[in-house]
Amino acid sequence: MKARGGRILRTALGIGLFLVLVALAWEAFKFLGGDPWRLEGIGFFHDPPFRVLQANDRQLPHLWEIASALAQPVQRNQDQTLGQFLIGAALFTWREALIGFVLGALIGLALASIFIHSRLLERAFVPYVIASQTIPIVALAPIIVVGFGRGLVAVVIIATYLTFFPVTIAAMRGLSSPDPRAVELMRSYAASRWEIYRKVRLPAAVPYLFTALKLAATASIVGAIIGEGPGGVPEGLGRAIINFNQQYVSGPEKLWATIFIAGLVGICFFLVIQLAEVVTLRGRGGSASRA
Amino acid sequence: MTAVRLADVQKTFPIPSGGETVALEAIELEIGTREFVSLIGPSGCGKSTLLRVVGDLIQPTAGSVEVNGKPAHQARLDRDYGMVFQAPVLFDWRTVEGNVRLPLEVMGFAPSERDRRVREMLDLVELGGFRSHYPHQLSGGMQQRVAIARALAFQPPILLMDEPFGALDEMTRERLNTELLRIWAQTGTTIIFVTHSIPEAVFLSTRVVSMSPRPGRITSVIEIDLPQPRTDQTRESERYFELVTEVRESLRGRVSSSAARARAEGRIG
Amino acid sequence: MSDAAEMARSPAPARSAASLLAARVLQYLPAALVFVAGIVLWEFAAAGTGRRVIPPPSAIAAAFVEEGQLLRRATTATFIEALGGLAIGTVLGVLVAFSTSRWATARGILVPVAIASSAVPLIAIAPILNNWFGILNPLSKMMMAALLVFFPIMINVTRGLVEVPPAALELMRSYATSEWEVLRKVRVPNMLPFFFTALKVGTTLTFIGAIVGEYFGGTSEVLGRVVITSMSSGSFDLAWAGILLGSAGAIVSYLVVALVERLVIPWYASLQREAG
Repeated sequence: MKARGGRILRTALGIGLFLVLVALAWEAFKFLGGDPWRLEGIGFFHDPPFRVLQANDRQLPHLWEIASALAQPVQRNQDQTLGQFLIGAALFTWREALIGFVLGALIGLALASIFIHSRLLERAFVPYVIASQTIPIVALAPIIVVGFGRGLVAVVIIATYLTFFPVTIAAMRGLSSPDPRAVELMRSYAASRWEIYRKVRLPAAVPYLFTALKLAATASIVGAIIGEGPGGVPEGLGRAIINFNQQYVSGPEKLWATIFIAGLVGICFFLVIQLAEVVTLRGRGGSASRA
Repeated sequence: MTAVRLADVQKTFPIPSGGETVALEAIELEIGTREFVSLIGPSGCGKSTLLRVVGDLIQPTAGSVEVNGKPAHQARLDRDYGMVFQAPVLFDWRTVEGNVRLPLEVMGFAPSERDRRVREMLDLVELGGFRSHYPHQLSGGMQQRVAIARALAFQPPILLMDEPFGALDEMTRERLNTELLRIWAQTGTTIIFVTHSIPEAVFLSTRVVSMSPRPGRITSVIEIDLPQPRTDQTRESERYFELVTEVRESLRGRVSSSAARARAEGRIG
Repeated sequence: MSDAAEMARSPAPARSAASLLAARVLQYLPAALVFVAGIVLWEFAAAGTGRRVIPPPSAIAAAFVEEGQLLRRATTATFIEALGGLAIGTVLGVLVAFSTSRWATARGILVPVAIASSAVPLIAIAPILNNWFGILNPLSKMMMAALLVFFPIMINVTRGLVEVPPAALELMRSYATSEWEVLRKVRVPNMLPFFFTALKVGTTLTFIGAIVGEYFGGTSEVLGRVVITSMSSGSFDLAWAGILLGSAGAIVSYLVVALVERLVIPWYASLQREAG
């Protein structure tokens, strides 16, 4: 238990360390190739030795500029700050993603359960499950929107579409992972398929499922962000990215802040799933995570 | 001549929870050239550690290890060792031939010499017909024979074997025992052999070194005076059974006393 | 010694070509039947009134012919973006993996990077890349694709270089070999299956990356744009043709990589056949 709690802490610390490294590299890049630094407050001036397009203040604003933009009004003459707006948008997108995530996970588990019990169905349909992921979802999104109308439903469908695949594949591996002798043992008790599924296969699949669910968590956020544009859902992060991209020249910090918040949502969702994994699998020996 | 001389060798490992465990304590052992010495004992008695100390894969905490009259480290650099592990450790991407050729490649043998030796070694372990198979296409016993051929390919004076037949079934193991003795007689290699099978140790060895755990130490060294060459008849001889019993008793005495000590420590702690 | 008995665990070497073929056919027949049935059902279900969201396959096929020129140009452009991105991401991933795998601390940092990269919706950065590398420049789409490809390649190659059985390293140590020899003879061959696995994943990701980049703006004669514009003008058959071409691109690249894998590491395929 202590060790598992430590694992979450390690992941969080590791991600924190990663962010610090990115921040350092970011400012170092600007220090070497950005626009001149003028920090009036502390009287610091610096003229970088090189000029790189990607490091100028418009293409790569200082991190503190982005942070301070969060406290500015989202649009002129509005009370709401950018930070408040983005948190609202993040929660909205998360909700869409969560619905898609749950649906996708259930569909994935159901498909896997069918496939491992029928070799014929597995051979007939699994190639298409795999091929489904080669279809560019961004391109498919508008079709789904036209088919199901604008709004939440279309976004959820796209999130679901991206979620079900990793779960299906991992669940198939997990459900067929028990030692064949364990299944034979259950047969010797005259257990039904359903009992074998419940008491042997499903518990064995749980660690595999969690590995997939962590991938699926990110995928569902990606799906929600991508779906919001063509889906015509104005409240979420996806729309914010499109809008702030159009205003990039006047306020690059807003787009960057939105991207960071999107990353944060992904990381938070990931950590929530990992917490669930730790709680669910506590007391189980062996390695809980499988790549 | 002395092939291996261990003087007062000690090895301790730090343990994660703090403190350390004594894996080997006060090991004194001398092994002559062309000897076949088995190290036997229960799990955790340090026999594999001792083998690795001889092969310079682990450095002892204290004491000296001399191999062919030089420090073990120098002996490793001089490529005096062939190693065979419990798992065959064959490389999946190399054919049988390629696996046997590996040490010859890294040691810089001339190509024609490599081919000659690979052929010779595969004939020695009687796998000439499988030279272009991949390891996974062979049975466990055949894989282990490839590993032996590989270990012998560069003619090391000393062969270190860590439970090489531990994962095999009894019939295959007995056959490979006989074959190993034939190879030993043909090549004149000194062999140090880790096992926890008493019959195997007795059948193969010129001497059996029995060890006990916590701390790992040598409890007795038993001379095996069975006549050479040993055959299936050897396994049925009276002397063989006597020696098996002797080794078993030497192990049993130690095991029970150390178990008693562990119990006593448990009560105190 | 009877090797025949010992060979019991290994495959029968002389399995006839005919029975192999029969097994292959049986394996792929169900999927092929589903494909044919799916096309036929789709055709009948979607037949009839005008242009629907999901037009019948025959209409999509017609679009391929009618808009052949446009589709060819768009497919070529997107292919260049995707393959360029795959190349950039793969080269960078391999370089980083090789340069960090030697140091345990570097690997310690790599693990959280790996976790963070799989937790962050990377596509959100597409508009920035469009700004950085020029929205009309295919390089901006390549970089999006490369970013998606980079992480799985780097992680898998590192794992392949590092996750070598400890006994194999002991063996090489007993030969008193140099680190360079260990890298050449053990680590690199051990890494190749990991690399190809990641590369196969990369073929799908790179097309997604390229098309996501297109979606956030750029030249009009690329698959992503063709789909979006034809959708808004109601030409669903053309939109579907574009989608199928994007999907086909990913599938073809995957198959090409799988073929190269077969040629480069033939031992791995037979190992897997037996394990499976």
